[in-house]
Amino acid sequence: MMDVALESTASEAVVAAPPAAPSALRERARSVTRAVARTVLPPLLGLAVFLAAWSLVAASIETSIGAVPGPRAVWDAAGALVEEHARERTKAVEFEARQAERKEAFLREQPGEPWIERQYAGKPTYLDQIVTSLKTVFAGFVLASLVAVPLGILCGSIPLVQSALGPFIQIFRPVSPLAWLPIVMILVSALYTPEEAWFEKSFVSSAITVALCSLWPALINTSLGVASVDRDHLNVARVLRLGWWTKVTKIIVPSALPLIFTGLRLSLGVGWMVLIAAEMLSQNPGLGKFVWDMFQNGSSQTLSMILVAVFTIGFIGCLLDRAMVALERLVTYGGAGAR
Amino acid sequence: MSEADRYLECWQLAKSYPAPAGTAVIVEGFDLTVREGEFVCLIGHSGCGKSTVLSMVAGLTEPSAGGIVLAGREIAGPGPDRGVVFQAPCLLAWMTALANVRLGVDEVFADRPVAERVEIAAQALYRVGLHDALDKRPGELSAGMRQRVGIARAFALSPKMLLLDEPFGMLDQLTRMELQEVLIDVWQREGITALMVTHDVDEALFLADRVAMMTSGPAARVGAILEVPFPRPRSRRDVLDHPDYYALRESLIGFLEEQAHPPADQHAA
Repeated sequence: MMDVALESTASEAVVAAPPAAPSALRERARSVTRAVARTVLPPLLGLAVFLAAWSLVAASIETSIGAVPGPRAVWDAAGALVEEHARERTKAVEFEARQAERKEAFLREQPGEPWIERQYAGKPTYLDQIVTSLKTVFAGFVLASLVAVPLGILCGSIPLVQSALGPFIQIFRPVSPLAWLPIVMILVSALYTPEEAWFEKSFVSSAITVALCSLWPALINTSLGVASVDRDHLNVARVLRLGWWTKVTKIIVPSALPLIFTGLRLSLGVGWMVLIAAEMLSQNPGLGKFVWDMFQNGSSQTLSMILVAVFTIGFIGCLLDRAMVALERLVTYGGAGAR
Repeated sequence: MSEADRYLECWQLAKSYPAPAGTAVIVEGFDLTVREGEFVCLIGHSGCGKSTVLSMVAGLTEPSAGGIVLAGREIAGPGPDRGVVFQAPCLLAWMTALANVRLGVDEVFADRPVAERVEIAAQALYRVGLHDALDKRPGELSAGMRQRVGIARAFALSPKMLLLDEPFGMLDQLTRMELQEVLIDVWQREGITALMVTHDVDEALFLADRVAMMTSGPAARVGAILEVPFPRPRSRRDVLDHPDYYALRESLIGFLEEQAHPPADQHAA
């Protein structure tokens, strides 16, 4: 607020001085600076205050594994993680090169013999873990959407289904991922025994747990959106004698789309939150496992590493949300009131 | 009376809803017969039940008693043989004008090739003067243009009847007059039978062959029917200059005023 006030008085002073300059241009420049002051300055100010407070507080707390890291230490830790990733990558590339060499030599000496390819067995780096987490949450989210949206459409359009499923939704919705996970893990162990596993069991359990927890917002919002489709639009469908499928695809889904997307957005948010807990317990090699491993090894780096993870999780969660908003804008109609 | 004279026949139509204090009777003993190709306006005070009657003819509301016969067949539920124009155009905002019209066309003319169905929809839009708006979405159209699409959507299906529920109620006076011309043009060219609900006396006199005046509810019915003798095709000028115009207008308004303020003896009864 302060900044904006100062800014405007300053620019008014400028306006008063040279009266000959083209006023439109000046007006524009003024509005731009004002807009910048309004949108950029407050977050920067907030960030500065936050970093200062963090540094102060961090310096004054001593834990069993050393001092609480300040912003600087966390930044360095993040840099170290990225560096480690680069190092691992070079090692992997070198390994592949050596293997190719050996393979060539082997085939030259013993032609026709089967060559056994070896996988590089380096440990996953922080960036690999982020990718794993993203894959897992995506799998769970897709699974949840595939169940929630059709079910929500059924719920919203057929009152009987709504009243039949209502109690289940009410009861299962508030269940924590930590309660689902053991059940899911046991069931996955029992049922997921393919000859050639495409996915790790830990991945499947985490994804299913994410799906189970992120199902509900999409389901509830979809059914709400479908149930509140404009009566007039449904009358149009009745007058035109549209078939059920045409009615659903041409009228119900498009008009419920904004709420369906709101639901999906909430679902993705919940899914991302749940994922970290699920990975911690199921040892799916993602961000959750990273946090858990850091906590277990209790080194002087622990806290700064976990803080890096916290920021990463927050940042990615925010990005996912933004991506959903962008997708919604792309898919839903302009929203012009056209009754 | 021949079949054509009784194209639409509403017989002892009634609609009542259960209400906290007994039953709310909206319409009762409603009789109306419409000839083939005729334009009939249903006029009455707002809330008297004229839209309920239209909704029953459209098949959107189930009558509590009585029956409706259209072209020799009793009406059961809504169908594309009756094109309905709602008060709000109710276009689907995520579709172009053409797609909105095609929605019904594709359903009714499902056996025709796509090109022909597009042609039917496009022709309907041309007919209401929307040559340049085929690919526009409702959000890009003015209120009047949207209602033109609504009219096109209704008659593109070649229905037996056009049912219009105060279609111009939400438009300004100039647009309304413009659309009245569009409507009468379409009606005349297609030779379609039309039943329109309105509360605008001048609109009814300009458009209708007959005006059915409804008594005020509860238990509304047709109180009187007014023949409108103006020759067709009508121009607004000719209608206004017609020697009977003000007499007819007077009798319509007189009826409506009487319904609003019933004489003392009728009130007591």
